[in-house]
Amino acid sequence: MGVDKMTDIYKSLVEIVGEEHVSNRKEELYFYARDPGLMPAHEPDYVVAPETPEEIQEIVMLANKEKIPIVPMGAGMALTGLIIPLKGGIVIDMKRMRKILEVNEKARYAVVEGGTSQGALKAYLDRNYPNLRHSIPDAPPTVTIAANVAIHGQGRLTQQYGFNSDMVSGLEVVLPTGEIAKIGSCSMSPSWFSKGPTLPDLSGLFLGWLGTTGIITKVGIKLYPRKKMRDVEIFVTDREDLIPEILFRLTHTEMLEDMTAWFQAKPIIFQGNHHVTLYITGDTDEELEFKRKMVWDSLKEFRDSKDGGFMWILPAMKPTFLDMPQRSITTFADVKKGGGFEYSGPIALIEKYPVLARKLVELGTKFKVAYSGMARVIGRSHAMMFGIAFTFNRADPDMMERVRKALHEGITFAFDQGGIPWKPTVEEQKMAMERMDPNTLKLMKMIKENLDPNGIMNPGNWKVN
Amino acid sequence: MEHQEIVHRCFRCGYCKFTEDYHDINCPPYLKFGLDTYAAGGRMWLINAWLNHGIETSKHYAEILYLCNTCGNCKEHCVFTFKDDLLNIFEAAKAELVEKGLIPPAVKDYLQGIVANGNPYKEPQNKRGRWAEGTDIQTFSDQEFLFYVGDAGSYDEPGKKMALSVGSLLSKGGLSIGILGSKEKCDGNDVKALGETGLFAKLAEENIRLFKEIGVKNIITLDPHAFNVFTKEYPKLGGKFKAWHYTQVLAMLVKDKKIPLSGYNAKVTYQDPCYLGRHNDIYNPPREILKAIPGLVFSEMKRNRKNSLCCGGGGGNFMTDVSGLGKDSSSRIRIREALETGAEILAVVCPICYKMLDDAVKEEGVEEKIKVQDIAEIVHQAIRS
Repeated sequence: MGVDKMTDIYKSLVEIVGEEHVSNRKEELYFYARDPGLMPAHEPDYVVAPETPEEIQEIVMLANKEKIPIVPMGAGMALTGLIIPLKGGIVIDMKRMRKILEVNEKARYAVVEGGTSQGALKAYLDRNYPNLRHSIPDAPPTVTIAANVAIHGQGRLTQQYGFNSDMVSGLEVVLPTGEIAKIGSCSMSPSWFSKGPTLPDLSGLFLGWLGTTGIITKVGIKLYPRKKMRDVEIFVTDREDLIPEILFRLTHTEMLEDMTAWFQAKPIIFQGNHHVTLYITGDTDEELEFKRKMVWDSLKEFRDSKDGGFMWILPAMKPTFLDMPQRSITTFADVKKGGGFEYSGPIALIEKYPVLARKLVELGTKFKVAYSGMARVIGRSHAMMFGIAFTFNRADPDMMERVRKALHEGITFAFDQGGIPWKPTVEEQKMAMERMDPNTLKLMKMIKENLDPNGIMNPGNWKVN
Repeated sequence: MEHQEIVHRCFRCGYCKFTEDYHDINCPPYLKFGLDTYAAGGRMWLINAWLNHGIETSKHYAEILYLCNTCGNCKEHCVFTFKDDLLNIFEAAKAELVEKGLIPPAVKDYLQGIVANGNPYKEPQNKRGRWAEGTDIQTFSDQEFLFYVGDAGSYDEPGKKMALSVGSLLSKGGLSIGILGSKEKCDGNDVKALGETGLFAKLAEENIRLFKEIGVKNIITLDPHAFNVFTKEYPKLGGKFKAWHYTQVLAMLVKDKKIPLSGYNAKVTYQDPCYLGRHNDIYNPPREILKAIPGLVFSEMKRNRKNSLCCGGGGGNFMTDVSGLGKDSSSRIRIREALETGAEILAVVCPICYKMLDDAVKEEGVEEKIKVQDIAEIVHQAIRS
């Protein structure tokens, strides 16, 4: 692109969002060229922070006119490079669009702008609707609700209600050609109670597409009852082969808010064991204790056989586990005093937990890297997200390379076990598409080419050849 | 660079941007510009890039560093073990720019003003004590307390008004106070925050020498910034004096009924200054004073105490104004939040907050609805009423 053309585009962006919110300076180009993970950096040409859907619409029309790429960005915490502008162009930082537009208490949904953070919605509900909650992920609170559903994220209510994208109750999207489209009940009604049914469900054109089919400017998200009391239990076993049955029995009780199975080598008190963290909620002591009893009873066989038992949680440790989002998960990044971690999160059957767990330990040993394994149950044991996580020191290129190799081997193994990728890197997307049914790929290509004729939306991602 | 072994450890997770419950973005430059480079995580990544030659020194890099208000919200809410060094890292990065002479012109002007005139206002030294003319407040000789008013209290209009109110209340309460007048020098707190460590050391050494020469043992400060530097930095350089912010002393005088309060029918909210609150964990004395006034209705802004939003004036920004006003400036946001409480007075206890917020009231065009007043002025009203 010539200098004159670049100057013109910059001036146009300034006209759209104001000078304070646009940059083509080296500092912003450096920062927005990367995320905190391990993917190679690539600089955008411009960074903008719009405040309205109409501003985004104008940016998209400009990008179409100039045939330059657009990459929408939330907090950039997927860690797999999904917001790295692989072909340059304009990064649209959505986080100035952070208003909470509506909470319908009786219909239990909220409508938020496309840059609203998970933390802000949680705090807003805590203050104004203490009987309501949403499925907050354990990512840092700055991550956005729109980006989370766009990558099919999960959260604290995923065991009960599925992927967070299953909880969407409507969308407003700026299409790659600049039109603003409403998706779901909000397309014909003032209410945002359904993302599709009973109309044709168009939300699938945007959820899971990693920002390649449009920019989500508003999200309707379902809210759920928030009980007055909440407690945590941890079941521990040294036999990973028992975890699938344990999770199956626990989900059968339908008594739990959330459950995750996890293991890690450090600190030493956790080494060699698999832990299932269980969250119980209730409006009364009776409800809480009834649920606790059901949960304990469901695992009686394992307790009786001494294959596992409930861990006594020190009162001082409880706030760490009850924290939402759990801050201690973020601090995994500094285990090596290096500020970095990345994880692949294949979605797989729960019965694959033992092989995936053994593989992760093997990778940690093989590549001499610190690992953490975590499985979040999705639905009533319908699947799990198995987090293959490694921490690294950002100042140690050799360690970073070893983590890259470990992740690659881990995700390849997970695919071989029948898993599918979550928030995949570009390389993982290619690997997934190589395994996909050809007609599925053809359908994806048709959809993409029709929605985005100029190929401007987050190019390089979900690229069907 | 000092602390450079830590810089790469930032995960840019963004906890540092928020209040404790995540309800609000609480980093002033990030609030205004909305680009991640302006938040603490952005600064950390840019400093790391600068150290590793990923970016070069530039006007914009310097602006980003100097836009930091040193409000300490990042330090308060960061989840990592190195959180206590965040502001030290930013200060060290600025010190590198000072060393190379690559600082924004407004910052250079601020520092040159102090070198040439002893204050950033470029006012003559003999004007320092003029606010006290016509009062009973004497120059320090052997009084029990030195009342240190600082640059803003000496030269800025709201600051001078504040110095007068506080000084007269302290006297009224029976305290033996004296001021330095034309001998007073900049305390250096913001000079240090701007990375001019050499100039800071010189100011601190001169002040310590003077304090010792004239027998100062106890200091009451008008300005939380001075309180901060006297209690945290001067002892490291041999200046071990007892220091209080004036609200700590005033709260005791009010409690002991040494200042009789008739009452004041007013709705008031309060701005926690960063260098009193987050930096020094002093939240209660100003509230105790306000709550002791009969008829005064006190209500908190939604962000308060350790989650308070900075006025935008810290880190020298009250003078350098690298950020400027605008609807998303933290001072204007703060005025809107004060109005939400129904208050007609926004109480302050820092001359810098006073100036920033007073300007913001005008910028918002709400002079008819709310005014900014120092707590000492409010106490005077309560005495008169």
